[in-house]
Amino acid sequence: MSALTELYNEQIKEHEKKPRNFGKLETANRVAEGRNPVCGDHFTVYLQYEDDVIKDIRFEGEGCAISKASASMMTRSVKGKNKADAEQLFSEFHQMVLGELDEETTPNQLGYLKVFAGVRNFPVRVKCASLSWHTMHAALEGEETTSTEDFGPDIASSQISA
Amino acid sequence: MTMAEMLALGMSKNEQPIETSWDVERVRADFPVLRQTVNGKPLVYLDNAASSQVPQVVIDRGSRYLQEEHSNIHRGVHYLSQRATSAYDGAREKVRRFINARESKECIFVRGCTEGINLVMHGYGRKFVGEGDEIIISEMEHHSNIVPWQMLCEEKGARLRVIPMDDAGELLLDEYDALLNERTKLVAVMHVSNSLGTINPVKEIIARAHKMGVPVLIDGAQGAPHLKVDVQDLDCDFYIMSGHKMFAPTGSGVVYGKAEWLERMNPFMGGGDMIRTVTFEKTTYAGLPNKFEAGTPAIAAQIGLGAAIDYLEGLDREEAHRYEQELLHYATEKLSAIESVRLIGTAREKASVLAFVIEGVHPHDVGTILDYEGVAIRAGHHCAQPVMQHFKVPATSRASFAFYNTKEEVDIFVRAVEQVVEVLG
Repeated sequence: MSALTELYNEQIKEHEKKPRNFGKLETANRVAEGRNPVCGDHFTVYLQYEDDVIKDIRFEGEGCAISKASASMMTRSVKGKNKADAEQLFSEFHQMVLGELDEETTPNQLGYLKVFAGVRNFPVRVKCASLSWHTMHAALEGEETTSTEDFGPDIASSQISA
Repeated sequence: MTMAEMLALGMSKNEQPIETSWDVERVRADFPVLRQTVNGKPLVYLDNAASSQVPQVVIDRGSRYLQEEHSNIHRGVHYLSQRATSAYDGAREKVRRFINARESKECIFVRGCTEGINLVMHGYGRKFVGEGDEIIISEMEHHSNIVPWQMLCEEKGARLRVIPMDDAGELLLDEYDALLNERTKLVAVMHVSNSLGTINPVKEIIARAHKMGVPVLIDGAQGAPHLKVDVQDLDCDFYIMSGHKMFAPTGSGVVYGKAEWLERMNPFMGGGDMIRTVTFEKTTYAGLPNKFEAGTPAIAAQIGLGAAIDYLEGLDREEAHRYEQELLHYATEKLSAIESVRLIGTAREKASVLAFVIEGVHPHDVGTILDYEGVAIRAGHHCAQPVMQHFKVPATSRASFAFYNTKEEVDIFVRAVEQVVEVLG
């Protein structure tokens, strides 16, 4: 399998074509919009967050295959979780796509999110994969907007050349 | 025989007649960056509209300056300062000849087009534009020729008017005529569109504005690398260039302005080198061009621009232009043959810029797959979001060709696009 087919694997392509939890959530009490001004990708994440549990979550917006599939799978994986567990999953996901966590050897809760492991071979796409997660995080924090420019370098320290 | 006819006859590229005498391999050898592989494949650099590559003679000139001549300019009486000053002002004279300005003092050195347009906004706009006045731009402008004028309009209570374009990406000149009026204080349009490739009829646009007594700024970021520019023939009031899009280092650029305007304008930035006398009560400004060049400039970069101009003038530029057109037509034919591809920007007069979208595939994914094949293109909104809005796309993919690209590279590019369709279409 080439790095390219590992990146654009069947699960990612399937979620891009048929995103889950897509559309506005009328019962949302937390809403945040995330933007990547470099490429124009933008997603709105709607949360129904009650008693420290993400009771429901949906998203809307436009982006590349990686960002859209990631948003779709993010909504599936955090639904029903409390804030601490959702944040922990975000942290594991982020470390995996940065290549800082080996999902096969380090214990983790990633499950089917491991299909995004191939992103680590494409450092410029890390922001695409993590945009909806950052947006979910912003919504949990009660912020209304977030932008990839505020995420920090989103690049593994090992990838910064001298 | 046209390319379409040849393709219809099933002729392979080896059988195509050589249409120009352009020796692309000899020219390629001048650009060391092109000799490398990406992901184990030869680099195919088709992102020239974002930034062009630098020939060895320009690199050498910059190195020589840093090794033998570096010093601050216009200050020291010492030997090195004189050498640096003479090289820097020598580059200015090369720019003057290159664009046929009357005097070298009409060529102000800036870091690039964005700074150049902002210089005119502050120097001309803040002095001559007032409440109720109007500035005309076009629908296809780069953000750098939109945002400064919006900022000015907001500050002054002036109004931004926009020349619309059609779906081929050509400006509607009748609409332009309707916008010009006695309140118009400036027309600011691009020579060549970075997102569509359209070559605008700037000479005609300038002539129509001048009939109303309105000055015209031309954003030449994409014009200067592809077209012969004669500012006296165009009769533009301002022509702005970025060095890094014309084979020079980043940090180099030029504002050409007619002396009659530059002399009446406010300075842009205040500081050293732009003054005649300074007291705490009053400062008087230096003459042109120093009035607009506060602080120590990018000396090595501007000397590099002079060297890039020497390099360009050593080429047969008409032949280079014909060759780029040939590449554009060849790539257009081949790309159009892919069913799910839609070209964005189909004006009759185009520079070698080819923007497209693939049905159902986001341009960023196109960019990643092409990069995997060693092909560098730009994917995104190209700092022209209103253009994306016109064509109702979030972004496009863009291949932009320079005279050092080859037909074989076009073939690799087209094969990679076909692969995108296979993987994601």
